[in-house]
Parts: sequence; structure tokens; C-alpha cells
Amino acid sequence: MTMQFNDETFRGDYTYHNSPEAIRRFPFPFDQDTYMYSVNIEQHPGGPKGTPFEKMFDVDEHYVAEMKDREITLAEDPLRCQSLPHMELAGWDLLELIMVSKARDYPDLFTLHRDGNDWHWINKPLGIEKKFTFLDATTLPCGPMEYITRQTQGDFALLHERDNNLWMDAGMITSQADWSLDFDVGMNFFEWHAPVPKARKMGVFDKALKFLLAVGQGQHYRRLNWTMTVNPRLDTSPENYHKWGPEKRTITPENVGQKQFLRVELQTFFRLPRSNALAFPIRCYLMNLEDIATKPKWGRRLHRVLRDIDPDLAEYKGFAVNQKTIVDYLSQFDDGAPTSPGIFPD
Amino acid sequence: MKKLTLKVTAVEHLSPLVKRFRFEDPTGASLPVFSGGAHLTVEMPEGDTIRRNSYSLISDPYDGSGYEIAVRREDKGRGGSLYMHTKVSEGDDITVSLPSNLFQLDLRAKKHVLIGGGIGITPFLSQLRQLDMEQKPYELHYAARSREEAAGIKLLPQAAHIHVHISEEGSRMDLGAILDGQPLGTHVYTCGPDGLITAVADQTARLGWPKAAVHSEAFTAPPPGEPFDVVVKSSGKTVHVKADQSLLEALEAAKVDIDYSCRGGGCGRCQTKVTACDGRILHNDHWLSEDERAAQKDIMPCMSRFKGTRLELDL
Repeated sequence: MTMQFNDETFRGDYTYHNSPEAIRRFPFPFDQDTYMYSVNIEQHPGGPKGTPFEKMFDVDEHYVAEMKDREITLAEDPLRCQSLPHMELAGWDLLELIMVSKARDYPDLFTLHRDGNDWHWINKPLGIEKKFTFLDATTLPCGPMEYITRQTQGDFALLHERDNNLWMDAGMITSQADWSLDFDVGMNFFEWHAPVPKARKMGVFDKALKFLLAVGQGQHYRRLNWTMTVNPRLDTSPENYHKWGPEKRTITPENVGQKQFLRVELQTFFRLPRSNALAFPIRCYLMNLEDIATKPKWGRRLHRVLRDIDPDLAEYKGFAVNQKTIVDYLSQFDDGAPTSPGIFPD
Repeated sequence: MKKLTLKVTAVEHLSPLVKRFRFEDPTGASLPVFSGGAHLTVEMPEGDTIRRNSYSLISDPYDGSGYEIAVRREDKGRGGSLYMHTKVSEGDDITVSLPSNLFQLDLRAKKHVLIGGGIGITPFLSQLRQLDMEQKPYELHYAARSREEAAGIKLLPQAAHIHVHISEEGSRMDLGAILDGQPLGTHVYTCGPDGLITAVADQTARLGWPKAAVHSEAFTAPPPGEPFDVVVKSSGKTVHVKADQSLLEALEAAKVDIDYSCRGGGCGRCQTKVTACDGRILHNDHWLSEDERAAQKDIMPCMSRFKGTRLELDL
């Protein structure tokens, strides 16, 4: 195997770390020095070689550790993975999409042999080899969505289309930015977005839903979203708020560079063929301020974005309490020089 | 929009008016599978215009070896179905969209009742294969005037839950008998003439069915009509719409950038704002509400036409 996987944790002693290569390829979400909502959608996959936009499902140095963290979260709280009965077919669609994509994009890590519905899947990084019958759930140890998403980085929501709306009827959600699948399961697009400030008035959701309903087979899209997290914790769920919420209060001017992380979500959209459902993978990338500032353009820009952001958004994204400390720290990297367009470092 | 260039590998008369077409990948590659009720948009180039009509897929949705559609010849249409009947033969190349679905099964249903009238049988031919594979209970009712016109009979399996109603043989479909007494959690799907769709809607309303359990698909090919002119606001250019052209096709031929999907007035994708209207929009779509139609501030260019002196679109 050509890829090296980190031995690291996302809880307790928090040994998560980014290599220089991981820093270089980080999906920095700001393409200008200010931030407001936009329906910032692009076609997926596609992007410069080595970036996380290049492949359908990005696999990086955190893969094995992220899957171990998901296992711990699920063992403590099985309701992080739910699939309403009519969503099993969408689960098979997702399993097929991921297995076919990964075997094609990472042939040294994953192999898929198909003979009709007799499938043979080999996942080398996780040491899994499995023969099963496609579309027959009795041949897998769990449902198809759970099976494949225990082997794929990122959270996954499967959206059922009906009555000109999308319904969150299945998901695997263990690395979320403070929302709960158990609370949202069965809700429609407007219901599960209700807590987002300002956006509904701006008409963002009407446009976004119209766009999503029109996503066709073979047309895949992506967008970036972001928030801020203290410590490299994947499971920032409402269920476990009592564990990670208090950690926000541990930020000091001395430790903010190491403990404060920019949390980026690479969100992608796929129309699934058999179920006509939409798959909505949400992949999380974490990087602390210190590592971000190693790219001068990112250091300057992040300072300006977080300094000038709308106070409602700072509150919603959960970092208002530490905003001053963060901005003071980042100011040392901002010499006032202009920044180049686009998200990539200079 | 992603497109596929396929080979026509079979053409067959199912009835005097209906032909079945099969398309396969020229290299033998597997085509994307789809969901029951999905359709394809077929391109029909003729001279300097490309006509595009959408047709329901009638083949096995999980079989990527080919796509099949059934086309009824409409002698009074814009010429799309005539093109399919007279210009397309085995061995030809044909360009189609990827499958797209505006009439999917609601897999939450405890039971599915499928009601097809005439050529409206087509979306159910793929749905019933999906229902068989999913092992879901269903019944299908197919109504046609005469056995000769009932092109779908050849494509339907012989089974107790498949019912054929031929009105000239005296076995008219009785919607009351079909819909009354269905178990709670049943969904009904209707495809066919507007009258049939309305009759099912009325009957289910009388019987107290939840609206979310009643589905229909009425999209048809755009109708021809009298020619008219339309002004494109951004450029000030006037585009002439011929009698056998849809407004969407005329705009496309004039290289006006406009989005579309179903081309049958059912998906909402081509909805366009009307910035000036001195006359009457002939709304033929199933998308705009009664109020929106009356307001004449929006038009669905895939289906609708215009009669009057000036129509200007926000394009």
C-alpha cells in the first residue's frame, strides 16, 4: 500500500495530526476575504491533482483512525445510524457507488470483483474481505448503508424524494457539526434546516432545494461548508455536548493555535439510480490554526474572515465565545497584503 | 445535461400505432440502471432543429444491457413520434439523456395500485419489474378502448394481479370497485389521459385517501399550434416559433441558453418569467398552479404557446 495511515485519536488524548502533505491538500473553504452564505456549488469530482476534489470519495492518512472512532461512537450510541424501512434500496445504491468508485480510484487499497449479483470486496487498509450477494441484506452482517459507511470517511445522509421535497430517511452520522440524526430522521429539507439563521429569509433554501431536486443521474456536485471546533473531535454531536461543550472554555491565548480547529465539510450530492434517492455525503476535515497559518495566504484570509463575520454566524457556528482570542492570535499572520483569488495556497 | 449515444438494436410493432425501440451501447458496455417510472429524453435531429421528446422506459430497470421505450404515433403532433416511426430503424445511432424519474414508486407503501390508460401503460412496465424484485404487493389495471389498441398487452406478464379492461368488450374499468376496500397504506399511481387522472383523484378524495398516497403522471409531448413570435429580453432578439416547434425548441435553435429536463411540463426546470405579455399564454403544462396561469407572469416553454401581439421572456 502506498498510503500511510496515522495512528491517532479524535478524543481523550487527541493525538490527531496533519502531515505536511495533509496541510498542503487541506480544502480551505474561503475563496475571498469575507464570508456570507451562498449556494456555492461545483461539479464533482474534479480539481487539481492531489486535492480532495479529485476523486469521488477522498481517502487520506486519517482513514483508519476515523473508522476506529466511528466504531467507538456507534458502540456507545447505535442510533447514530438509522435507516427507515423503505431506504434499504438506497443503501444498496450507496454501497455500489462507493465500492465501484473506491476500487477504480484506489486500486492498491480496494478491490471489487462482480459476477452478476455475486460480489467480492477487499478493503486492505481495514483488513476486510467479504463475499456477498448484492441486493440481499441477509448476506451482510448489517444493512448495506451501515456496512459501507463503517468503511468510508465522512457522514452520510440518504434523502428520499417525494411531494417535491427531500426527506432525511436514513443516515450514518458520527462526525457532525452539532446536529442529531436521531432528532432529524424523517424530517423534510426545510424542517431539518430550521435552526440555520438568516438563510431561509435570504431564499437560500428554496434555491438549494430546487437545485437538489433537479440533480440527475451521472451529474454529481459538491460544496464546502465550515465551522470551528475546539480539539480535533469528530463527534461534536448534541448527544455528547456535555463532553465537548465545556472544552470550548479551555482556549487561552497560549494554546489557541494548537487547540482551535477549522472544521471543513466537503459536501457532495449524488442521485442514486435504483431508489432515485439523493446521497449526501458530508466529509469532515480538521486543521488547527497553527497549521493553517503555515500557508501565508490562508493565515491572512482566515484572520479577515473571522474578524469581520456577521455576529449571528459566529454564534451559530459556536465560536463567538473564543472569537476575540482567535482573531488576536491570527492577526500576527496578517500583514495587510492582498490575497490571491481562489482557495488554493500560493 | 449528460448524454449517451446508443445504437438502435430492435424496432418492433406492438400494435398498428405503437412501436417498441431498443437501444444498446455500441461497445456493449453496461448502461446506468434506473428506477421504475423513469424516462429518457430522445434527440431527433431534423434539418437545423433538434426535437427532443421524453419517453418512459419500459425495460427492466436493473438490466443495463439496453433501454427500451414504446412510442405511439401521433399524426397530429409536432412530428416527434412520426420521426421515431418513420426515420428510426435498426442499426441507427440515437442520442438520449440519462434516465431521470418524475414518477417514482413510494416504497413506503404497503401496497401499490397501478392504473394505466392507453399509452399511459408505459411507466408501469418498468415499475412492475421493480415491484416484483422488491417483492412488494401490487395490482395493475390497464384500460384500453380495443384489444388492437392495447399495445401493452404483449409486454405484460400473465398474472392474477394484472387486470386488462377493454371497453369495447364490455369490461370497462370500474374505479370505484378498484379503489374501495384497498388496505390502509396503499398508494395509487395513474398515467394516461387527463380524464382518467381526474377520475382517480375524485374517487380517492371521495373515499378519503390521503393526498400523498395519490400519484399521477400526465406528461405528453408538446402540442403543435399556430406559429408565434417571442422576444428575448436580454438581447432584444425576436425568435419565431413554427407551428410544429415548441417554444423551447425554437429558443434552443436560436442559441438562447435555457435549462430543461422532462420537456413534458412536469418537472419545472424550464420555468421562465414573462416580462411583457400582450395576449394570452396557452398553458399546456402540469407545473404551474391555476393562479400562476391566470397571472401570465410565468411560462413553461417546453409545452406552452402564445396567441397575441407581444410576448417577452426574461432570458
